[in-house]
Amino acid sequence: MSTSVKTRIVGSPVPRKEGADKLTGRARYVADIEREGMWHGATVRSSIARGLIRSINFSPEIDWGGFVVVTSADIPGKNHIQLIVADQPCLADGRVNHCEEAIVLLAHANQQRLRQGVAAVDIEYEPLPPVFTIEESERKDVIVWGEDNVLKSFLLEKGNVDEAWAGAAHIVEGEYRTGAQEHLYIENNGVIAEYSEADGVTVWGSLQCPYYVHKSLMAVFGLPEDKVRVIQTETGGAFGGKEDYPSVLGSHAALLAMKAGRPVRMIYDRMEDLAATPKRHPSRTRHRTAVDASGKLLAMEIDLTTDGGAYSTLSSTVLSRATLHSCGPYECPNVRVRSRALATNTVPYGAFRGFGAPQAIFAIERHMDEIAAAIGIDPIELRRRNFLKDGATTATQQVMREPVILDRLLDRALAESDYYARRAQFARENAKSAVKRGMGISAFFHGSGFTGSGERYLNSLAGVDVTRDGKVRVLVSSTEFGQGTNTILTQIAAEAIGLDISDVIMAPPDTRVVPNSGPTVASRTAMVVGRLIERASIQLVKMLNSDAGLTDEFTREEFFAACERLRTENAEVVSLCRYEPPPNIFWDDQKYRGEAYPAYAWSVQVAQVTVDTVTCSAEVEEFWAVQEVGRVLNPVLAGGQVEGGIAQGIGYALYEKVQWQGGRMMNNQMTNYIMPTAEDVPPIHAYFDEIPFGHGGFGAKGIGELPHDGPAPAILNAIRDATGASFYAIPLLPEDMLAKLASAFRLEEPATL
Amino acid sequence: MNPSWPSIEFTVNGTAESVCVPPMKRLLDVLREDLNLTGTKEGCGEGECGSCSVRMNGELVNSCLVPALQAKGACIETVEMLAREGELNPLQKAFLARGGAQCGICTPGMLMAATHLLAQNPSPSIAEIREGLAGNLCRCTGFIRIFDSVIAAIAEGAGTSIRQEHNAR
Repeated sequence: MSTSVKTRIVGSPVPRKEGADKLTGRARYVADIEREGMWHGATVRSSIARGLIRSINFSPEIDWGGFVVVTSADIPGKNHIQLIVADQPCLADGRVNHCEEAIVLLAHANQQRLRQGVAAVDIEYEPLPPVFTIEESERKDVIVWGEDNVLKSFLLEKGNVDEAWAGAAHIVEGEYRTGAQEHLYIENNGVIAEYSEADGVTVWGSLQCPYYVHKSLMAVFGLPEDKVRVIQTETGGAFGGKEDYPSVLGSHAALLAMKAGRPVRMIYDRMEDLAATPKRHPSRTRHRTAVDASGKLLAMEIDLTTDGGAYSTLSSTVLSRATLHSCGPYECPNVRVRSRALATNTVPYGAFRGFGAPQAIFAIERHMDEIAAAIGIDPIELRRRNFLKDGATTATQQVMREPVILDRLLDRALAESDYYARRAQFARENAKSAVKRGMGISAFFHGSGFTGSGERYLNSLAGVDVTRDGKVRVLVSSTEFGQGTNTILTQIAAEAIGLDISDVIMAPPDTRVVPNSGPTVASRTAMVVGRLIERASIQLVKMLNSDAGLTDEFTREEFFAACERLRTENAEVVSLCRYEPPPNIFWDDQKYRGEAYPAYAWSVQVAQVTVDTVTCSAEVEEFWAVQEVGRVLNPVLAGGQVEGGIAQGIGYALYEKVQWQGGRMMNNQMTNYIMPTAEDVPPIHAYFDEIPFGHGGFGAKGIGELPHDGPAPAILNAIRDATGASFYAIPLLPEDMLAKLASAFRLEEPATL
Repeated sequence: MNPSWPSIEFTVNGTAESVCVPPMKRLLDVLREDLNLTGTKEGCGEGECGSCSVRMNGELVNSCLVPALQAKGACIETVEMLAREGELNPLQKAFLARGGAQCGICTPGMLMAATHLLAQNPSPSIAEIREGLAGNLCRCTGFIRIFDSVIAAIAEGAGTSIRQEHNAR
């Protein structure tokens, strides 16, 4: 095991591999690529939330001669987007289930004409009653999906919850809600597609998962594997928002390209991207918790419901992760979690950094402070008394075999933030001021990699090869979209082989070149794919040792000379490895029991907030995050992941509100969907405690999603500390705080409200 | 090309250019499509995100909001002018070393905003850096490493060198 070995390259702040291209403007994003004879594509979308399509009318005022028009009738294969359940059509056929659902595609040489064309297609509908909220969906007055509007449900049980209530000193209940959140990657969704009889479909695009798009295109076009090619272009942010949607957009552009007989580019503008693409699932979580007199958890009953939108897309797996994170990092002998994802007539919700965990962790971490208040103990102490420890069992009865150091993380967070001293100072000052300050905390884990048996099913393949001009290439479909995939994987290969970082490059993220190393999601790249690259690199050296006379100690020149000797025998120099699960991993998908994740990353976060009780505005003044993510492969990139995740978490808590009307996002502009700016983000202090994980790349676990899980509850807990007012829903904007703060501080509500 | 379109002359990164485009064509599109300077990016098309930031006559502008005609006779600077003969300038080097760029799509605009800030004020305080970059949205970094990068670049003398270049023009 390589985890405790001293390293040269792993663990050092190697500069971002593609950094210079990005800093000079040379990096090629999809909008920067031209193809000979390329046309532009656009989408005619549903203007209603639910109904039957009666007719599609093309205005006679437009000369349609120069247009290519595609409807569902033009789809050569299956009219669905291949994901988990095949319920989402590629193009609406006879009915629509959400606003902005794609009905007709147009292509034209001229973008202005194209826009005129989109406006000149009139769709006649027979409206059906829609449902827009969790409450409307669960009433089942109107069934909009399946037999009961339930996209997916889980039941997770441990011990006997029903018998635990009688012995409880306190029973505390609470209901917590989270809103939709938009990814707001700065580069919108975009693709270019080409089609030819000889080569089939080729799609270039801004995307996370080339093989997801590949699979979906095979279904839509009815083509074999080798007639579909997907190439990721430089991708300007994703955060989960380019996990499943590029399968939709890639199919659309490819259908237009096939009919037009020429390349077609489709790039959404900001308004279309915000209105039509997935967001984070809204949620409602109800907690009922029994504790003894000392605050020890006796029973947790949790009812967790998410709004999945019109089609199932990724709702089942998001719900799974939410369910498995709903009890927090605590040990409790009796647990029952019932969870459901319900259908509504909104754009399908999808993957977003954290993937259900931020919703679940908001609820449990707000609830812990409510329990502490109800029984009159310090919220820090309540957490400490219930933390998972080495050898403890989770709600799925997974035994904690890897070290759990929550106490250590908590102690560090308290010390770095000077938590108790600041709380005491604010308590003194708040009494004399209309501006109240407070400190809040959250503690949590995030499971690394796919849930349960997921990594086994993915069965990822990855490796390295050696080019004729003397470079080791990393062969993965794992993509770079800002997180640092290119850098950490080349670091791992260089370290494992014994080369310089400059000797290792990334193979192009092209399904014709790289094997399927699984999707770039679920905080799995560093741990799972990193481990595959480490193994493949070691395997390559062993191959050269045994087959090409490479000695144990070698120079760079000797290494590449040995590669060329191997090439004369084997024609290629390549080493691939397939995923092998860590031993003793067992998961029962039916009972939802066992090792939910091979490893967990852990974190404690502290927020310092200020609340102006006159304007009702809350701001985060300073933020501390202590985390254990296994081995830190690159401290600069890791710090950037943590800070960026926290900034998004602050936005989730205090700024980012999707305004809905009739199932449509009304504030689909950067002007009125507000994310934190350079002036809003507080100083963020990130600290790492490293416990290498034996089955991750050089000891790494997952990091990308973890930091987004904690800010919202820490901030609302700090607002409670500052004002005494408890809030149970995010986003929490001034208008949401007005009533409570007004009554708490006897403010006059303005007459105009 | 349409004969009614005006010919518009301006200087881009020190080179005289002439384009014949619709007068209301966005400067962003002129740079990207007519001059093949694709380093300048579009994020929102409404002047909110700052990804399309360029300097025009010494002012920082959102090139998605500037019609081509308005750029007539102007001196325009884009991200492509920062590196000289393939070598990153001190600001770019600091962004590379400190993690100031992640996905990279906001980076050209962010670099132009930072360049503009340092041209105006070679030794800004952290509050002035935050204000100077507030018109440029970054969704990846949480801005912290962008601030660090600017501060590090100033320590390496970027403020003074950018100021001197600015004054020389």
